[in-house]
Amino acid sequence: MTAASPTEPVLTVEGLSTSFQVDGRWSTVVRDVSFEVRPGETLAIVGESGSGKSVTSLSIMRLLPPRVSRIEGRIRLAGRDLGGLSEKEMRAVRGRDMAMIFQEPMTSLNPIFTIGRQISESLTCHLGLSKRDARAETLRLLEKVRIPNAASRFDEHPHQFSGGMRQRVMIAMALASRPKLLIADEPTTALDVTIQGQILDLIKQLQEEEDMAVLFITHDMGVVAEVADRTMVMFRGDAVETGTTEEVFLAGRHPYTRALLAAVPRLGEMAGEHWPRRFPIVDMATGVQAEGKSVDATVATHEEPVLAVRDLVTRFEVRGGVFGRKTGEIHAVEKVSFDLFQGETLSLVGESGCGKSTTGRSILRLVEPRSGRVDLDGFDVLDLDSRDLLRMRRSVQMIFQDPFASLNPRMTVGASVAEPYTAHRLGTRAEARDKAADLLTRVGLDPTMMSRYPHEFSGGQRQRIAIARALALDPKVIVADESVSALDVSIKAQVCNLLMDLQENLKIAFLFISHDMAVVERVSHRIAVMYLGEIVEIGPREAIFGDPQHPYTKRLMAAVPVPDPARRGIRRDLSGQELKSPVRPLDYVAPERRYRTVAPGHMVMEGAVG
Amino acid sequence: MYAFIARRLLLAIPTLLIISLFVFSLQKLLPGDPVLVMAGEERDPAVIEALREKYHLNDPVPMQYLAWLGNALQGDLGISLRTNQPVLSLIAEKLPVTLQLAVMSMTFALLLGIPMGILAAVKKNTAIDYLASVLALSGLSVPNFWLGIMLILLVSVQLGWLPASGYQPFFVDPLLSLKTMLMPSFVLGNALAASMMRHTRSSMIGVLSSDYIRTARAKGLAERSVILSHALRNAVLPIVTLSALLFGELLAGAVLTEQIFTIPGFGKLIVDAVFTRDYAVVQGVVLCTAFGFITMNLIADVLYVLLNPRMRASL
Repeated sequence: MTAASPTEPVLTVEGLSTSFQVDGRWSTVVRDVSFEVRPGETLAIVGESGSGKSVTSLSIMRLLPPRVSRIEGRIRLAGRDLGGLSEKEMRAVRGRDMAMIFQEPMTSLNPIFTIGRQISESLTCHLGLSKRDARAETLRLLEKVRIPNAASRFDEHPHQFSGGMRQRVMIAMALASRPKLLIADEPTTALDVTIQGQILDLIKQLQEEEDMAVLFITHDMGVVAEVADRTMVMFRGDAVETGTTEEVFLAGRHPYTRALLAAVPRLGEMAGEHWPRRFPIVDMATGVQAEGKSVDATVATHEEPVLAVRDLVTRFEVRGGVFGRKTGEIHAVEKVSFDLFQGETLSLVGESGCGKSTTGRSILRLVEPRSGRVDLDGFDVLDLDSRDLLRMRRSVQMIFQDPFASLNPRMTVGASVAEPYTAHRLGTRAEARDKAADLLTRVGLDPTMMSRYPHEFSGGQRQRIAIARALALDPKVIVADESVSALDVSIKAQVCNLLMDLQENLKIAFLFISHDMAVVERVSHRIAVMYLGEIVEIGPREAIFGDPQHPYTKRLMAAVPVPDPARRGIRRDLSGQELKSPVRPLDYVAPERRYRTVAPGHMVMEGAVG
Repeated sequence: MYAFIARRLLLAIPTLLIISLFVFSLQKLLPGDPVLVMAGEERDPAVIEALREKYHLNDPVPMQYLAWLGNALQGDLGISLRTNQPVLSLIAEKLPVTLQLAVMSMTFALLLGIPMGILAAVKKNTAIDYLASVLALSGLSVPNFWLGIMLILLVSVQLGWLPASGYQPFFVDPLLSLKTMLMPSFVLGNALAASMMRHTRSSMIGVLSSDYIRTARAKGLAERSVILSHALRNAVLPIVTLSALLFGELLAGAVLTEQIFTIPGFGKLIVDAVFTRDYAVVQGVVLCTAFGFITMNLIADVLYVLLNPRMRASL
C-alpha cells in the first residue's frame, strides 16, 4: 500500500447507503452519502439522533451486525477499496489503518482487564510486538495522551479511572498503531464541559503530531465549530449539506442547516435581556425562524419565597474494612442556602459530583439531609412525618433526565399522568381522566393519545408526558433535574419553551438543575454555581454571565464550546486537571465560608475551594 | 481481600449456630422416641429410664443443646443409635462417595453447559441456537429416575459397557471408579448442564452487545479472541455464583441418583437414618450439608471477587 500524498484523500466514501433488516423488511437509514477526508484534516458529521451519522461511521469500520445490515457504495481507505475485503482482511485494517473512539468511555473499556493490557493488545495484534516492547510502547502512549504517572497506572483497571481519563485511554488505544484515520463518534458527549475541552484539545494536538485524518461525529454545533475544517450535515439519512465549516455556519444553504444552527443556544446571546426568553422557533422545512418571546415578569420577589433553603447539609457514608466501619464521608451538599420565589427559575449549575442533583433530591427528601432547614410552601420539610411528607409532595414535583426510564413502560401515558391525582385521592376516576386529558393538551400533546404506551412516543414527547405528570398536582415548585439534557437541540428548545410557557401561565417556580450553560442562560432568572457541594457564586443571570467573579465560574464559562467557527484555533490548558472529589476523611471539618456581595443579590464565596 | 474473607467467615458463624439450633429443635419436635425403639418389644420401664439417663435425655432441653453443640465442636457428633458407630466416622466414610459423584456431575455440567451456552449465544437465533435450547429443555424436563433406569437398561444390560450399580473407591481402582460413576454423574449432571447452558447463553448475549465488545472488534481483534477472552471472562462471572449454589444442591440431589444406582453415599445414609429415627446421624448429616453449602457460598464469593476487579476495589 502506498502512503497517501497530501492531496490524495485518506478516506473516500462514494454513494454509501446502509440498510437494516427490521421485522423482515429492509429499511434504509443512510442514503447515498459521499465525502472524503484528507490527511491532517477534520471532517465533522453533524446531525440529530436518527440522522444516520453514527451508522455512517460504523459502516466505514464495518462494525454493524452482518446478518441484519447491508452496506452499499464504495469506501476507499488510502487508495484501497474496502468493499472487496474479506472479514479477515478487514480485521487487519480495523485498529491499524483506521481506529475509532466511542461516546461512552465508561462502558467502552473491558472492566476486567487492566488498561495496560487493553492498549498493548492493539500493539501485539497488529504490529506483532513482543510483550516487553508492547509494554514500553503502551507507557509511551499513556504519556502521549497525558495520563499522569502512566507507569503506575499500567496495571490498573478501568473503574479506577475517571470518565475523562478513560477517554484518554481509548485515544491511546486508537493511536497505538498510528492509524491514518481516526473516527471519533461523539467522543466528548458524556463528559463534563471542562473535561470535554481537554479531550478536544488533545485530539487536535495528536492529529497535528501524527498528520492524521479525523472523522468527527457529533450533535454539538459548538464542538463542530471548534474542531472541524469541513462539515457535513446529515438529516434523516441524507447528507444535506457539505462545505467548509465557515461556509456551513455563516452561509448554510439548506433549511435544515439553518434550523439546526438557529436552535443552538449561544452563550452570551442573552446579554442585555432582563427576563428569560424563549428559543426561536425554526421551521425545519423552510429554515425560517420566528424570534422567541421573552417571558413576562412572573417573579413574585415582594412575597415570601416559596422555597427557602438554609445551611442544607447532605452527606453519604463511605464504609470499608472487616466490620464495614465508616472510613469517610461524601460531602455531597455542604451548607447550601438559597431562596426561590414564586414564578422564578433558579438554575443550579456545575459539573459531575458538585452536588446539584443531591440538593434537588434533598429538598424533596428523596435522600435524607443531615442538617439544615428547608421551608417549602409553609412546610418545614425536614421535620415532616410520613403523612405530611406526602402532603408536602403535592407542592413540589420533579422531572428527571431520562424520559425513557422515568415512565413505566407497562402503563398507558394517560394512566401515568393521572396517577399522582388518583394516588393523592383528589377525585374520581372520571375526573382523573379529564385532568390527564387537560394536562396532555397543556403540554402540546393530543389527548386522544392517552391510551398509548410510552414506547410509541419520541424522546421529546415522553419528556412532555413527564412534565404533564409533574403538573397533575398543581405544584408550586418543580425540580427539573437535567430535564432537557438528553434531548436533541431542536427538541430541547421546544421543551424549554414549554417550561417557560407554563411558568408564565401558572407562575410555577423552577429549580432548574443543569450542566448546560447555554440553556441555563435562556431559561433562568437567577443562577447558583456549585462546586464540591458548595455554592461558590449566586446571583441574577445577567450578573453571573456578564460579570463572573469566582475562578470556578470563569473556568466553567470558558470551557463551553461556542458555535462560532472563528474559535477553531483556540487551545486550552492541556494539563489534564481532574474534577475533584468531595470524599472527606471522618475528622474533616467543613471550613466556615464567607460570601462577598458584588452587587445586590450577587454573592461570591471568598477564599480557595477544594 | 483478606478483610473480606475474614468478614465472610465471621458471618458464617451465626448462620451455622442458627442451623444447629434448628436441627436440634426439629429433632425434639418430631414424633417418635428413639429410646422406645432401642428398648425393644418389652418396653421395660427400668431399661427405658436407664437409657434416658445414659443419653442425658432427662436434662433440660437447653442443656442438652449446649452439650450436643460442645461435643459437635470437638468433632464428636455422637454415636449412631443403629450401628453404634461414631457419626463422624460414618460421615467420613460416605462423604467421599457423594463428593466424587458431585464433582463429576459438576465437571460434566460445566464442560457441556458452558461451551453450548457460548455457541448458542454467538449463533443466536440460528438452527444451532434452537437445537441447543431444545437439548437443554429436554435435559431439564426428563426425570432423573427415568433417565437413570433407561441408561442402565441400554448401556449396562443391553450393551454391557458400564457397570449398572455399586461403588468402587477412587484410590483403589481409579479407572473402574470413574467407569462406575460415569452414568450416575451424567444422570445427575444433565439437568445442571441444561441450566448452565441457559445461563451462559443469556449472560453471553448481554455481554456481546456491550460497548467494550464493540471496542474489541474496532481494535481489529480476531473474533475468537473477542469471544473467548473479552466476552467470556465477563459472561462467566454470574456462572461462578450459580455453580457454587448448584454444587450445594448436588449434595442434596444425589439422594435419588444414589438410590437408582445403589451407591452407598450420603444420600443413602440420610434416608436410612431418617427411617430408623437415628437422630444423631440425621443431625450430623444435616449439619455437614449446611456446612458444605456455606463453604461453597464462601468460595463462590471469593472467586467472584477475584475474577471481578470492580469488586476487588470496593473491599
